[in-house]
Amino acid sequence: MAKQRVMVVGGGLAGLAAAMKLAEIGIDVDLMSLVPVKRSHSVCAQGGINSCNDVTRQQGDSEWLHFDDTVYGGDFLQHQPPVKEMSYWGPKVIELLDRLGVTFNRTPEGFIDRRRFGGTMFKRTAFAGATTGQQLLYALDEQVRRWETEGKIKKYEFWDFLGPILDDNGVCRGCVGQDLVTMEIRSFPADAVIVGSGGPGLIYGRSTMSMVCTGSAASRCFQVGAKFGNAEFIQVHPTAIPGADKLRLMSESARGEGGRVWVPRKPQDARDPLTIPEGERYYFLEERYPKYKNLVPRDIATREIFDICVNEGLSVEKDRLAVYLDLTHISKKELDRKLGGILDIYEKFQGVDPRTTPMKIFPAVHYSMGGLWVDYKKSADGGLQIGSPQNQVTNIPGLYAIGECDYQYHGANRLGANSLLSCIFSGLITAPGIETLLKGQKQSAADLPSSLFESAVKQHKSRHDALLKRAGGGENPYLIHQELGDIMTKAATVVRRNDQLEDALSKVHDLYARAKKCSLSDSGNWTNQNVVFTKALLDMFPLAFCILKGALQRDECRGAHYKPAFAMSGLKATEPVERRKEAEAWCDKFDENNKKWLKSSVASWAGDDVEIAYEDVDTTLIPPRPRLYGLVGSDEIEKVWKERQAVKDAASNGKGNGSISSKAAPAAAK
Amino acid sequence: MSHTHNGNSDPASADHGHDGHAHAAPDSFEVRVLRQDAPGQPSYWERHKVKYEPDMNVISVLQRIAARATASDGKKVSPVAWDCNCLEEVCGACTMVINGRVRQSCSALVDKLLADRAGEIELQPMTKFPVVRDLVVDRSRLFRALQKVKGWIPVDGYIDMGPGPRQSPSDQETAYPLSECMSCGCCLDACPQYLKTEVERHDGETDEQFEARRAATYDKAFIGAHAISQAMLFNTHPTGQNNAGERLDALMEEGGIQVCGNAQNCVSVCPKKIPLTTSIGRAGRATTVHSIKKWFGA
Repeated sequence: MAKQRVMVVGGGLAGLAAAMKLAEIGIDVDLMSLVPVKRSHSVCAQGGINSCNDVTRQQGDSEWLHFDDTVYGGDFLQHQPPVKEMSYWGPKVIELLDRLGVTFNRTPEGFIDRRRFGGTMFKRTAFAGATTGQQLLYALDEQVRRWETEGKIKKYEFWDFLGPILDDNGVCRGCVGQDLVTMEIRSFPADAVIVGSGGPGLIYGRSTMSMVCTGSAASRCFQVGAKFGNAEFIQVHPTAIPGADKLRLMSESARGEGGRVWVPRKPQDARDPLTIPEGERYYFLEERYPKYKNLVPRDIATREIFDICVNEGLSVEKDRLAVYLDLTHISKKELDRKLGGILDIYEKFQGVDPRTTPMKIFPAVHYSMGGLWVDYKKSADGGLQIGSPQNQVTNIPGLYAIGECDYQYHGANRLGANSLLSCIFSGLITAPGIETLLKGQKQSAADLPSSLFESAVKQHKSRHDALLKRAGGGENPYLIHQELGDIMTKAATVVRRNDQLEDALSKVHDLYARAKKCSLSDSGNWTNQNVVFTKALLDMFPLAFCILKGALQRDECRGAHYKPAFAMSGLKATEPVERRKEAEAWCDKFDENNKKWLKSSVASWAGDDVEIAYEDVDTTLIPPRPRLYGLVGSDEIEKVWKERQAVKDAASNGKGNGSISSKAAPAAAK
Repeated sequence: MSHTHNGNSDPASADHGHDGHAHAAPDSFEVRVLRQDAPGQPSYWERHKVKYEPDMNVISVLQRIAARATASDGKKVSPVAWDCNCLEEVCGACTMVINGRVRQSCSALVDKLLADRAGEIELQPMTKFPVVRDLVVDRSRLFRALQKVKGWIPVDGYIDMGPGPRQSPSDQETAYPLSECMSCGCCLDACPQYLKTEVERHDGETDEQFEARRAATYDKAFIGAHAISQAMLFNTHPTGQNNAGERLDALMEEGGIQVCGNAQNCVSVCPKKIPLTTSIGRAGRATTVHSIKKWFGA
């Protein structure tokens, strides 16, 4: 049998973690990336990476509570075993990164310093200045370079993944790639293909994502039969810097280090913000969420900023939407030490020093909780069985997905500083599973008849050639992309309405038909970025349909998916008996809604449209409870909810099945 | 400053003024691009007229040029090829020579460029790397240098072995700026001793043969400030110190630190303000001590 090889597509944190772990196990790896892996989008992650740690542990924290915060923050829409496993690996992952030389900020005694992020009361977040993603990526990039010099990893940088190759039994046996310089299209036989290609932000035109984040690799898997889960859950980051080419992230760590969000009480107060007295400032997050203040979870912060500008008309500017994010009360020295990187970005791109002038920020599309559907193998203790080839595998055997392009870890909303953890964790744990898979194979992909690979290459070549040969005068791919971005941003971001979603769906279908008539301004066969972009654009549409259709069908509010027409309002009554009754009814309705909607959407491609099925979520470890951030009457609802949960717990304990649910009931947030 | 604002313009830009340069915003401006269709082909200048919009950077200029694909003279042309990714100056991809200065195109703001040179922006590929096409260059030599200096921490493995070595905040504050190097190549483009090295593929050569020959050629040429600085980063890490000698050996080979002519251009063009000359100074002392020790067989 020829020596087995694994193809990793994407060289961000997830792909690099998988590649280096595979190499350590002794498996030869090919690593394909659109850009030199050191330039992957992970560099844009700023704030940090979460784990329970020695300090928080003594304040009552545990891996279990990190797990609990993650599923609660995600509105319970994620299978719990993988999330539990991830939380328990958190401290180990950070120790590994520490050993790899990541320049984490230190305490005076020399321990790793921590900061607080949204959706938790604990300082769990380890950070390296405000460029944590960059620092983590570099540490893994360096390890991969080490294996590269030893011949265990072969990089294919400036290569575009065109799609997996499936054999007659529907098993993934490799992939087809295209050299972005020579435009050569060739096959790569592989005994497993791992896709870690990141999120699809470019579907929204401008977002906080990098230019390679087209979603094309995931879409190409989807279009040959891989399922796509929870596409409608798109995180809109509360704080970004608006720009003509990109919406640049302003990290949550700015609030974690004490940044305050406010608007002048007087609409569009023209005064210098520093001269506006305290009493005339509206710190709306602090007033509306006295417990979490500026560190409410991202979906909440985003909706509040949106609401204050759009509904209350309190944007700090007249013809543009923005609120102040204010750091000016913090010493310059501390800011430079902890946030220097992101403050430099603001200064560089806005020409204003955020150390002395409040920043102007507004929400922007940031992260996709959804992604390729993947499986897992549950262990006896409710975590994952490490070493199982079932972990992170898509519904196509041999095809794996990790990092942002899987749907596994963040449910309906991701907590800040959890993405770096999920990327590295999913990458690391995929390797031992693949080792098991490879051991069980009787034939390596390289031994298969060459016709399988030749016909796949032929198919991609003819698609490529057809695009190049198309007559001029057709649609312009760049303009189509702008239109797509505008439609998606309007209909499927912060606030969603069914009439707008229906309208968007029909418009995007029309646009897809037009996109198929794009003609190129470059028909050459050398570094032709025009044809590469056009292919990526065409592949954005299937995922855009998943997002829109998923959002249209989901008639509820959950995490980042907010549909006011289906929002559950707070209590109105003030009289205790009546109030109690309303709270009971509220909880009944909550249960009812969960029966219907506590399900992941699972989309599949039917040639020119998507079909959506719904999958139950494994919530056996922590029973779902309402997220009550800021709701009127939340205290009463919480009381009723806890009484009911206590009854359920008693009943299940009585049955003697050792329910662990009672471990998981920290007070619901206010 | 007197911008004409359209509907979604940024009124804020009016009050922070761009470096105090008062200028009237033009309706449009010219962009001169040095193009080259492929390696070995002649380069040529091409002019593009771009409609002015507030808050543009060179990336958005190149995006407009790609969408129009029409030169100033009305001739249909292929879009200008260029590299980019993060657009926030942390990935290093979009480096090029803009108005004569090597820098990232994402952080090159049009208002500032036009204030410095009215009416026209000039874009060229980096000068020390082989042109692939237009503004895209081949920077593989830069990454080869990181292999040469063994730019990594030689850990035993990726299993759970407990925490890393404890480090003082001041050590972290020394290491962090060096670890911000995004391998953009500005320091190399500006260096008088870093000379362009182009290795052409021979007919009939396999990928492996070509790559091995190219690596050998790169290894003889100057390693550059970025790699010297990375060697210092790893040599000061408590675990990285364990193979410090190997990194110093690499810096003393042909194309090593002795080639540095102390022009100090590297530090002045580094977009991350990395103290490259400090690293070079440290590396110079360390290699001297290292060679004396080797002389005495220590």
